[in-house]
Amino acid sequence: MITLDNIHKSFGNNHVLRGVNLHVDRGESMVIIGGSGTGKSITIKSVLGLVKHDSGSITVDGQDIDTGDRDAFLARFGMLFQGGALFDSLSVWQNVAFRLLRGSLKRPKDEARDIAIEKLRRVGLTADVADRFPSELSGGMQKRVGLARAIATNPEIIFFDEPTTGLDPIMSGVINDLIREIVVEMGATAVTITHDMTSVRAIADKVAMLHNGVIQWSGPVSELDATDDPFVRQFITGSADGPIEAIR
Amino acid sequence: MKLTAPLAALGRAVLALVAAIGRVSIFTANTLSHIVRGPFYVRELLGSIIQIGYFSLPVVGLTAFFTGGALALQIFAGGARFNAEAVVPQIVAIGMVRELGPVLVGLMIAARVTSSVAAEIATMKVTEQIDALVTLSTNPTKYLTVPRVVAATLVMPILVGVGDIIGVFGGYLVSTQRLGFNASAYLQNTVDFLEFTDISSSLLKGAVFGFIAALMGCYYGMNSARGAQGVGQATKAAVVAAAVLILAANFVLTEVFFSA
Repeated sequence: MITLDNIHKSFGNNHVLRGVNLHVDRGESMVIIGGSGTGKSITIKSVLGLVKHDSGSITVDGQDIDTGDRDAFLARFGMLFQGGALFDSLSVWQNVAFRLLRGSLKRPKDEARDIAIEKLRRVGLTADVADRFPSELSGGMQKRVGLARAIATNPEIIFFDEPTTGLDPIMSGVINDLIREIVVEMGATAVTITHDMTSVRAIADKVAMLHNGVIQWSGPVSELDATDDPFVRQFITGSADGPIEAIR
Repeated sequence: MKLTAPLAALGRAVLALVAAIGRVSIFTANTLSHIVRGPFYVRELLGSIIQIGYFSLPVVGLTAFFTGGALALQIFAGGARFNAEAVVPQIVAIGMVRELGPVLVGLMIAARVTSSVAAEIATMKVTEQIDALVTLSTNPTKYLTVPRVVAATLVMPILVGVGDIIGVFGGYLVSTQRLGFNASAYLQNTVDFLEFTDISSSLLKGAVFGFIAALMGCYYGMNSARGAQGVGQATKAAVVAAAVLILAANFVLTEVFFSA
């Protein structure tokens, strides 16, 4: 479904992606792992066109992302951002229903609000949160609202950028379970980037490890612990000794 | 090698300046092209009109009032040197309407609106809200820049008109209460002396200054660097650029209107 073919991206002299090749099948939950600053976010932002890659090609269902109707393309995606990226000036329900209040997916206001409240319920938030503003919510609640916004229009493909960063272990577990449940029940294709191994085991069907600008290893999550790839071994054991430099 | 170093530095500065002008020009052209193409975010436009127009009235009124009063005192004191104290109403009117009204309102808007727009949009960029807009199929230029630029361009002539009136009133109050001018004669002199061009040029200047103030806020906000420092730098650069461009535009417009 999503194919990245030899993607390169540099910022000045910093060559972040040096030939990333990755394929995600329809309905699959792919988790990209890797250390901080290895280009995980750049990779998924390249797919969405938020970052222009320097060379290589990215296709979704065989169609290059740079061709075709951009709005229709983006309507297929939902994304949960690392910090939630909720709009401060809008209430919670208006954040969740953002796409339903404008553009090609526009619905009547009451209907959009009902859908937003339903999605908030789906992520474990009650209706009384709907009229609050993001600044009035805890970090965990903001993540849930971000998740509700990502699934508001039942997208085919959902990206999760560091979904558990900054959360306590219990809330991380709740978010991980929610992501897994939602992806399964929606039948969506999911790409998650994280360096939290608990998230990897809870969310992933397949895992790809990004290091030095390339996919160092990829395979089913069931093979992750058995692999003898030294990069993966070092990463999942959290060891300072190994091919990955501890000081970057 | 060392002898050419200053020339190299000068060249780099000139290239950077040309590149910056190019980026601002592309941003301006992009904004203008989105103004005439839908979709239009009416709610955001109305919100911006309230924020930029209505909430700026107190600062505009106070600035104009005190400037008009001070202007009357200055002209009276200066005019006394050659027995021309009687020209206070005319000079206050022409000074406020042609020059001080639009320029001071423009600079106050640069301080109040440009800074807040730049800081707001820069924070949105830093916290990935701009990226979120894109993923939600919403063009950030249409949603953030166009409403603010259109609102500022529409409301600034009104703010300048209000500023002109309050400034003239400030001069009137000081002249009649402090300098002994006859109230009805003062008003009559003011009305008789002002011409249509004075007022129309003042309002046009307001529209141009409003466009510049909002555009600079949006441009620097959208191009902010990461982190709190990036937001601060974007805000500072936006206010400085808006103030300088407003003063430069004022010179050009004054030259166009009154050079004959």
